[in-house]
Amino acid sequence: MTDVANLWSYLSTTPLIWLTTTILAYLAADGVARRLGHPPWANPVLLSVLLIAPVLWLTRTDYTTYFEGAQFIHFLLGPATVALALPLWDNRATIRTTVAPIMLALFAGSIVAAGSAILLARAFGLPMEVLLSLAPKSTTAPVALGISEAIGGLPALTAVLVILTGIIGAVTVTPLMNLLRITDWRARGFAVGVAAHGIGTARAFQVNPVAGAYAGIAMALNALLTSLIVPVLVRWLI
Amino acid sequence: MLHTLGLLLGCQLLGEITVRGFGIVMPGPVLGLALLVLFLRALPTLGDQVRPTITVMLAHLSFLFVPAGVGVIGNFEVLLDDGLTLLFILTLSTVFSMLATVGTFVGVRHLIERRAA
Repeated sequence: MTDVANLWSYLSTTPLIWLTTTILAYLAADGVARRLGHPPWANPVLLSVLLIAPVLWLTRTDYTTYFEGAQFIHFLLGPATVALALPLWDNRATIRTTVAPIMLALFAGSIVAAGSAILLARAFGLPMEVLLSLAPKSTTAPVALGISEAIGGLPALTAVLVILTGIIGAVTVTPLMNLLRITDWRARGFAVGVAAHGIGTARAFQVNPVAGAYAGIAMALNALLTSLIVPVLVRWLI
Repeated sequence: MLHTLGLLLGCQLLGEITVRGFGIVMPGPVLGLALLVLFLRALPTLGDQVRPTITVMLAHLSFLFVPAGVGVIGNFEVLLDDGLTLLFILTLSTVFSMLATVGTFVGVRHLIERRAA
């Protein structure tokens, strides 16, 4: 028993175990999603989290310890964002023909994303700091945290709301667009990129490469626009 | 693969330096994305060189969000007593935003195509 305890005390101090756990959980989640034909509800992020959470709970591992291993994966979000340049470049011909829809849809989606969150939070009588934390939820995490902090929200709450928004968008986009009979992959991808940032973009890449390219553009443009419009909307709507 | 990773990190680094140096409200990686587009434009063969690595990376973009997703479970208590209300608001607001985006996109495209026809 001491050997097992020693082994555990060694493993729990290295990044190896949580890095490996994360990769294995994702491979299992992705394998299931792939076998089922990527149905919207089998979201790989959500499934992976549901696999990892009980392991952390059973081993009484706190998030800080987990993140010491998982940070290497988290770090790659930066270069992956840069990598979105390639699908953008590959699709430049069709993008050039849809500049007007892109810009107007960006404004509409970005304003509705923040504005509806603010108005709904007001309607439900949520505390002001919760409302302010909610406003930037549709944009990519680093931008959302910065905005939240600047307008007086709680960045820790915003971080959770941003991820939940991404998962909700990734799960709802396919049934919603099918219901509306939208067949234009550019429009479908763009919508999920505006409303649900990188997690929505990840879903779009699973479904269709053109949708992925447009989701990537939407996410990048919305990172810029949200930081400009949220402070204005907050002033108007509160 | 290493060349591609070096290029991506280099673009991100240049982006971060520029953003911080000039106090621009934009994440470094987003500016890095714009820089990489400029490089792809300047070097016509670059796209094919970086495509294999980037294709794998973007096919598994979900994987990179798993640590942050686990963070949601780890920080669930920040949702306080408003958890269900917040989930409801997030769902409605996300659907509204997608409706507004897709409606505008398709509407504007139709208008332009009709005028062109």
